[in-house]
Amino acid sequence: MNAPKGLRYTSEHEWIRAEGSSAVVGISDFAQTKLGDITYIEPGKSGRQVKKGDCVASVESVKAVSDVYAPVSGRISAVNARLSGEPELVNRAPYGDGWICRLDGIDAAALETLMDEEKYMAFLAREQG
Amino acid sequence: MAPDEFLSLKRTPLCGLHEKAGARMVEFGGWLMPLQYEGILAEHTATRSKVTVFDTCHMGRIFVEGEGALDFLSRTMTQELRTLRDGRCRYGFLLKEDGGILDDLIVYRFNSRRFLVVVNAGTKDKDLAWLRVHQIPDVEIEDATAALAKLDLQGPRSCDLLAGLGAPQLRDLPFFGFSESVVAGLRALVSRTGYTGEDGFEIYTDSGEAAGLWERLISSGARPAGLGCRDTLRLEAGLPLYGHELSEDITPVEAGMERYASKSEDFTGRRAVMARAASGPTVRLKGLRFLGRQSARSGNPVLFGGRTVGRVASGSFAPSLGFSVATAFIEAGTAKALRSVKIDTGRTMLDAEAADPPFYRRERKREQS
Repeated sequence: MNAPKGLRYTSEHEWIRAEGSSAVVGISDFAQTKLGDITYIEPGKSGRQVKKGDCVASVESVKAVSDVYAPVSGRISAVNARLSGEPELVNRAPYGDGWICRLDGIDAAALETLMDEEKYMAFLAREQG
Repeated sequence: MAPDEFLSLKRTPLCGLHEKAGARMVEFGGWLMPLQYEGILAEHTATRSKVTVFDTCHMGRIFVEGEGALDFLSRTMTQELRTLRDGRCRYGFLLKEDGGILDDLIVYRFNSRRFLVVVNAGTKDKDLAWLRVHQIPDVEIEDATAALAKLDLQGPRSCDLLAGLGAPQLRDLPFFGFSESVVAGLRALVSRTGYTGEDGFEIYTDSGEAAGLWERLISSGARPAGLGCRDTLRLEAGLPLYGHELSEDITPVEAGMERYASKSEDFTGRRAVMARAASGPTVRLKGLRFLGRQSARSGNPVLFGGRTVGRVASGSFAPSLGFSVATAFIEAGTAKALRSVKIDTGRTMLDAEAADPPFYRRERKREQS
């Protein structure tokens, strides 16, 4: 189970990577393992304003459907177009090519309240224990 | 699941091997079973293109023997057993008097006095109890589920793999035929049957030998496959799953399977099945192809002409097809005319077309004579 340094994580297993006042969002390696083979991604609407905790995408695997939540408030400025044809990218590269959406106009300070990778790994250990 | 519930789950002789292989384990029919190893899609694809092996020890295996065995089974099971040849098996149902399906099963005929009945995991206890209540003289019923292990070897390379393990003659075993063989030096009962729509075999061996056989099959190139892809494979192939397409609330007529319950000899539930076929059932099972990858799930309402006409029985993404498929019970008056429908998944409305199963058919190579 890996969780790269430099990202922030939520208790719903999203990750977020800041790039100035915008950020990229995806789901963690733990989440994609738990979901199993992903067969479909329902992307959020590009341009939509979301509050922290709003649904920004739905991920469907062979066995279940799961929602992805905005780790911070912002505006969905891009969705990963590759996922409609290659949903397995989320399994294969959850932190890279399997990114889910980009949020603009975020509050950088809000990111600091999220778990860093050390805290997230500890959180996972407690969840599974 | 509560710890004591988890501990009370039954385990097959291979459970430790699955956990060692990193399988994700789930509860099924009261057993702790592998859902997947490498991943459902990879295991599904490997079954259709190469060869995989499934632990199916959770299914029930019941021997029915004695002078009265043929009469007993002929009167209680829907499939014709008197003219079934020794060394052949046949699919059918155990019905209630009212025609409701207690289970779907396969009966293996060794001879007129020895039969093996293979039933589903979650229904085995119910089936066994029913057989014992209706038992007649000169019939012995033995639950061999614990003593006899079962592994399913499935995929186009099954024959080659078994030839490599000392059983090349199994290539000539007819579909729904079975024989006692030696595979990898172990005595086994092998039938040319399966639940995937591919060529393959079900292999029965002493429980004590199961782990050894499993390891030989794996090291010969069979990929381990779990319940996850077992479900996607059987759905694509148009095979029913008890509890979804089959249940005590319906007869074989609703499920479109009355041909497996149509012998002229009397059997439990025969009159009810004939009456239902004559009067017409209130619902019929239909297949659905979705326009995309999103899937519907069991219980989702099916809408046609602006109103709900039925419910999904099974639904899943179909890896071999690239879109999702489903089965649904549709009100009988509408079933024939069904074309474009909408399914309400609770999150969204999905578009689908009526399409009768099987959704996938394997290529059958012509035998060169």
